[in-house]
Amino acid sequence: MFSGFKKLKDSLAKTRDSILGKISQIVTGRKLDDDLIDEIEESLLKADIGVAATDRIIERLRQLAKEAKATDSDTVFGILKDEIKKILESNRKSLMGNGIRPHIWLITGVNGTGKTTTVGKLAHYFKNNGKSVMIAACDTFRAAAVEQLAIWAERSGVVLVTAQSGADPASVAFDAASSAVSKGIDYLLIDTAGRLHTKANLMEELKKIRRVTEKVVPSNQIFSKLIIDGTTGQNALSQVKVFTDAVGCDGLIVTKLDGTARGGIVVAIAQELSVPVDFIGIGESIDDLEAFNADSFVEALFES
Amino acid sequence: MFGELIDKFDEIFKNLRGAGKLTEKNIKDALKEVRRALLEADVNYKVVRDFIKHAETEAVGERVLKSIEPGQQIVKIVHDELVRLLGEKMVPLAPIDKAPTVYVLCGLQGSGKTTLCGKLALQAKRKNKKPLLVAADIYRPAAIKQLMILGDSIGVEVFHLDNAKPPEICSQAKKYAEKNFIDLMICDTAGRLHIDDELMVELEEIKARVAPDELILVADAMTGQDAVNLAEKFHQRLGLTGVALSKLDGDARGGAAISIRAVTGCPIKLASIGEKLSDLEPFHPDRMASRILGMGDIVSLVEKAQQSVDLKEAAKLEEKLRRQAFTLEDFYEQMQQIKKMGPLESILGMIPGMGKALKGVQIDENGMKRVEAMIQSMTLEERRNPHIIDGSRKKRIALGSGNSVQNLNLLLKQFSAMQKMIKNVNKFKLKGLPKGAFPFQM
Ligand SMILES: Nc1nc2c(ncn2[C@@H]2O[C@H](COP(=O)(O)OP(=O)(O)OP(=O)(O)O)[C@@H](O)[C@H]2O)c(=O)[nH]1
Ligand SMILES: Nc1nc2c(ncn2[C@@H]2O[C@H](COP(=O)(O)OP(=O)(O)O)[C@@H](O)[C@H]2O)c(=O)[nH]1
Ligand SMILES: [Mg+2]
Ligand SMILES: [Mg+2]
Repeated sequence: MFSGFKKLKDSLAKTRDSILGKISQIVTGRKLDDDLIDEIEESLLKADIGVAATDRIIERLRQLAKEAKATDSDTVFGILKDEIKKILESNRKSLMGNGIRPHIWLITGVNGTGKTTTVGKLAHYFKNNGKSVMIAACDTFRAAAVEQLAIWAERSGVVLVTAQSGADPASVAFDAASSAVSKGIDYLLIDTAGRLHTKANLMEELKKIRRVTEKVVPSNQIFSKLIIDGTTGQNALSQVKVFTDAVGCDGLIVTKLDGTARGGIVVAIAQELSVPVDFIGIGESIDDLEAFNADSFVEALFES
Repeated sequence: MFGELIDKFDEIFKNLRGAGKLTEKNIKDALKEVRRALLEADVNYKVVRDFIKHAETEAVGERVLKSIEPGQQIVKIVHDELVRLLGEKMVPLAPIDKAPTVYVLCGLQGSGKTTLCGKLALQAKRKNKKPLLVAADIYRPAAIKQLMILGDSIGVEVFHLDNAKPPEICSQAKKYAEKNFIDLMICDTAGRLHIDDELMVELEEIKARVAPDELILVADAMTGQDAVNLAEKFHQRLGLTGVALSKLDGDARGGAAISIRAVTGCPIKLASIGEKLSDLEPFHPDRMASRILGMGDIVSLVEKAQQSVDLKEAAKLEEKLRRQAFTLEDFYEQMQQIKKMGPLESILGMIPGMGKALKGVQIDENGMKRVEAMIQSMTLEERRNPHIIDGSRKKRIALGSGNSVQNLNLLLKQFSAMQKMIKNVNKFKLKGLPKGAFPFQM
């Protein structure tokens, strides 16, 4: 599952150096006093971990400082990792499949988060795992969205279901689901148009896509996956809430973690909403996708 | 946007107002809340820290502690500081005054560059300028096609070149533009990470070869703490001339705006507010700062109230409005006070969150005297429960005040409209802000 751990670590190295890595410099050889705790707090906030999760971690450290337990850097470090891991592991279980064909993944998210690219990467990933894959171009709104997905279909060598630009996305989804059933496809990945969660009409459109798909396969074969841009701040919480209300959310895929801002928002989401992360995106190439693993994620985040 | 931040500050300052005189500790507590709100709005940590430090020094001064309503003074300090951080005034784009004027857009992946290129082209066309779109994103699948479809939809030519690197494409495009009397050439570049050295060098080359009049960073309004890093890097390497914020049609609190502006010193010039090519507005820092806090107008209220005598009275009025317990009697009682402060309409508009909500409620200042007379002719009961005023009462009141029944009807109608508005404002407080309270249309 986590063969690419080294790669994740490399890609997270920048976060480590720039933000959380500093914690290890900060804590080394110092007493766990208010000043130190303030600095740790700053580092956590800077990583987009959010006020709530940060408060929880800082509370823990304060407790420790009061109890005057061992406060060498290793201990403090261990506690930090531990707390973040605990937050991530308290998530409800991710739903990726149930063995019944076809698994339909509904790929959703706000504009420009990396949905189409992720569909391309996932197609490649499942195909490499010996699965048959089909992708559906349900972004019939954005200019050249279908052409963009067609290129990914070609790159990953999977079947693409399309309609003309401007077609009803739900009808494309219906056709694709029917075709996936009749062809005995393992995974159908549905690319949808980016939409802000605040736009009720567009969220209705998304619900309709799911509803219509449920006419073809039972609801438990449909997995809603929300794509979150790793650069996003606390607004991601609002995105997760509203998309979950509309079409459910069986897991997140967090993209663009090859940049300098990464990881933190995952902790905030886990802390407040308990939604699991399935994959992370770490680049624009077809294999820049890693399965998410809390242990490795936290280890990689803190390793110096 | 900024909606949640507005709610937060409203909450904080409501408590402050209730507290009366403030101690140093009060101020510290309030600013702690301000800090949390700003952090939750994704304002950069460092910016927040400096902000709080600055506000604290300002607030803890004697001047504030001795003033009548220190809470409102703090509001003003916080507000002024935000305005300062966002940039005092609106900065327009470089004028389209040579052939060609060149704009280059850059930014992270998916931030909204290509769409904004189309918007700028449309805007130029509407000013009777001849734009040219330049497809310099050769990496993202179907990026050129995307720009061509956008160009097509507004009848704007798209320049693209096969088998050429982006700097070469842009440079060729400029030559083409010079020959073909293009007024504005807009280069769409590929999304890139600020730490991708190779691609940052590419942008440097593009800049060197086309000497853009505007080099604009397009940043997503939902960006978190990283906004500072990316803006800093892009600015360091390229010397940006401005920033565009995209996806402002969402509910992002938009702290990134404050961060980017504070860190780069670059003016934010554009607000992208939707997927359609007409969804573009200039960015107004002052308007924005006011809306962030939902209290821009309270600042003027404070100023005006300080000039007139009785601030306490104004505060009481506001309190009643908030509690929806505002009757014709209050209306009358406050009238004398209000008259000193200015037109009633604008006074009501100064109350946080109320400004736009009261739009359409016309209160004729010249009719003040008439209104006064009519209320004077009412019994206390009528003033408290205007709905009991039936036909015969109306006749009596009209006669007694030397007014027509129509005038009285008008007053009653306006008053009930106002009460409804106030109710709505209070409702919006719970559920988010009214449409009009946003600096941009939703
Ligand atoms: N660096 C980096 N870029 C990514 C990653 N995933 C996607 N991108 C880029 O982000 C941009 C937007 O990606 P898309 O896949 O088109 O995003 P989308 O969500 O389908 O966008 P819309 O359909 O327009 O809302 C493209 O330039 C992608 O190449 C990632 O993990 N890392
Ligand atoms: N809601 C909203 N969507 C936008 C806005 N600007 C761009 N988009 C969308 O964001 C996505 C990425 O935009 P695009 O222009 O392709 O970004 P680029 O990768 O930076 O060129 C597309 O789905 C656009 O339709 C905006 O202001 N509001
Ligand atoms: Mg897409
Ligand atoms: Mg683009």
